[in-house]
Amino acid sequence: MIICSRGDDVLEFEQLEDEDVEEEALPRIRVAQRPARTLAPRGAQAEWQVPAAVSQFADLLERTSAVDINVCNQCGKCASGCPVAYAMDYTPVQLLDAVRLGLKDLVLGSATIWLCASCETCATRCPQDVDIAGAMDSLKAIALRGGVKPRVPEVASFYSSSLQNIGLFGRMYQLGVIAQLKLATRQFAKDLDLGAQMLRKGKLSLLPDFASMGRTRRLVSRTKKLERV
Amino acid sequence: MKYAYFPGCSLHSTGREYDSSFRAVCRGLGIELAEVKDWVCCGSTSARAISWRLALALPLKNVAEAEKQGLNQLIAPCAACFSRLKFALHEIGKNPRLREEMENVVEHRFGDGLHVNHPLAVLSSQDWLGHIASMGGEKLHGLKVVCYYGCLLTRPPQVTGFDDCEKPRSMDRLLGALGASVLDWGHRTDCCGASFALTRTDIVRKLSHDILERAREAGAEAIAVACPRCQLNLDSRQKEIEKEYGTGYNLPVFYFTQLMGVALRVPARELMLDRHFVDPRRALEKVGVK
Repeated sequence: MIICSRGDDVLEFEQLEDEDVEEEALPRIRVAQRPARTLAPRGAQAEWQVPAAVSQFADLLERTSAVDINVCNQCGKCASGCPVAYAMDYTPVQLLDAVRLGLKDLVLGSATIWLCASCETCATRCPQDVDIAGAMDSLKAIALRGGVKPRVPEVASFYSSSLQNIGLFGRMYQLGVIAQLKLATRQFAKDLDLGAQMLRKGKLSLLPDFASMGRTRRLVSRTKKLERV
Repeated sequence: MKYAYFPGCSLHSTGREYDSSFRAVCRGLGIELAEVKDWVCCGSTSARAISWRLALALPLKNVAEAEKQGLNQLIAPCAACFSRLKFALHEIGKNPRLREEMENVVEHRFGDGLHVNHPLAVLSSQDWLGHIASMGGEKLHGLKVVCYYGCLLTRPPQVTGFDDCEKPRSMDRLLGALGASVLDWGHRTDCCGASFALTRTDIVRKLSHDILERAREAGAEAIAVACPRCQLNLDSRQKEIEKEYGTGYNLPVFYFTQLMGVALRVPARELMLDRHFVDPRRALEKVGVK
């Protein structure tokens, strides 16, 4: 258990137990024991007290998506090139650091993982070839599977509505996704005018394309089975 | 040359003009397209956010279908579909265990040869460029255009294997060969905000504003794109952006295939220019298209 203080609050973080981590077949360079220090998010008053510990969280990430962030050398290129960093609570380089420090609740509860636009600028420029955008994806998946409330719920709703839609129709039925998203976010008035114009221009179809209906169903259930183990 | 053609969901809905103009250009050039039978969505940004394996299985299902059709060259105009297909093949290419796992999921044994192409890479190649230039003449002469590639065509380069990831030039070469005045600028591969259009529209407006602003600074009268999401964000949100930032751009956003179609004299009904939000007529009148 790690105790973190943020302002007057004291937050508790659960460290992953050792038995959660499989033995790796190949030896890897690991992050060594670190001295205790603080991590301050940009523009925030709070500081996270990070005790000396080696992260098991990074291992969980690697098992989820084969992305090894332990090789990150904290150069900051990902943060400086990220087009959405201005809207994030932690920059990508800070978030990777937090993963390595095992700050699971901080990472999974961050807006950063949901605000990544998957533009791949970070992964392209990373001198250590870390697939940072891929890591952001996996962190979203881990958060959802762990029942963590998404910090940017509308983005999470969009992803899950789209995926349900694909599972049902095989191809994306945009109007269906929009309707489901509106129900989830209760933002019924958003983009109504634009939507009407798109319908008029034939950019949105009223009906789904039934050509591949149900053709993803087997594939989705087989993938789910694989990910359960 | 015959290609398995993967249109993807956007080219059947929001970007139907990309599908139509691309097909017409291919027909004009004698490139045969065989649409992948029963294709399914590539998963786009949604699948990868929820399940890493599903984000691979969806594009691979389409690879399997293309292989079953006996084709080993696939062409995908949508940048997101192109990227997801490339990613999936890249991942199974470096991990034999994952490949086997995916073969079980999609119930198909993959061959070794399927290659995923983007139309820009094919059409800007030396094989085609001269031919296209001679067919189109200098038809786009006088059109000041910036080429906007967006994120996923070139990034990450080890996956996409396409053009220069920081300063791509394939579209510049292609439209330049048709006589257009292709302008140099710095926002070729900057992000437009992509799928945040429906959720965090504020981010899309900011990022798309930066692109429109830089395009105008470069002296552009039009923007050429190769991605249905970039087109939609820059075109359909342009009015909102103008209002928010108190400015006016009036910059039409063309698919590069529409501009090629203009030069190759594709009938207007196949170019579907009336589906655009920003009226493209003024820019086209400059190149003598009514």
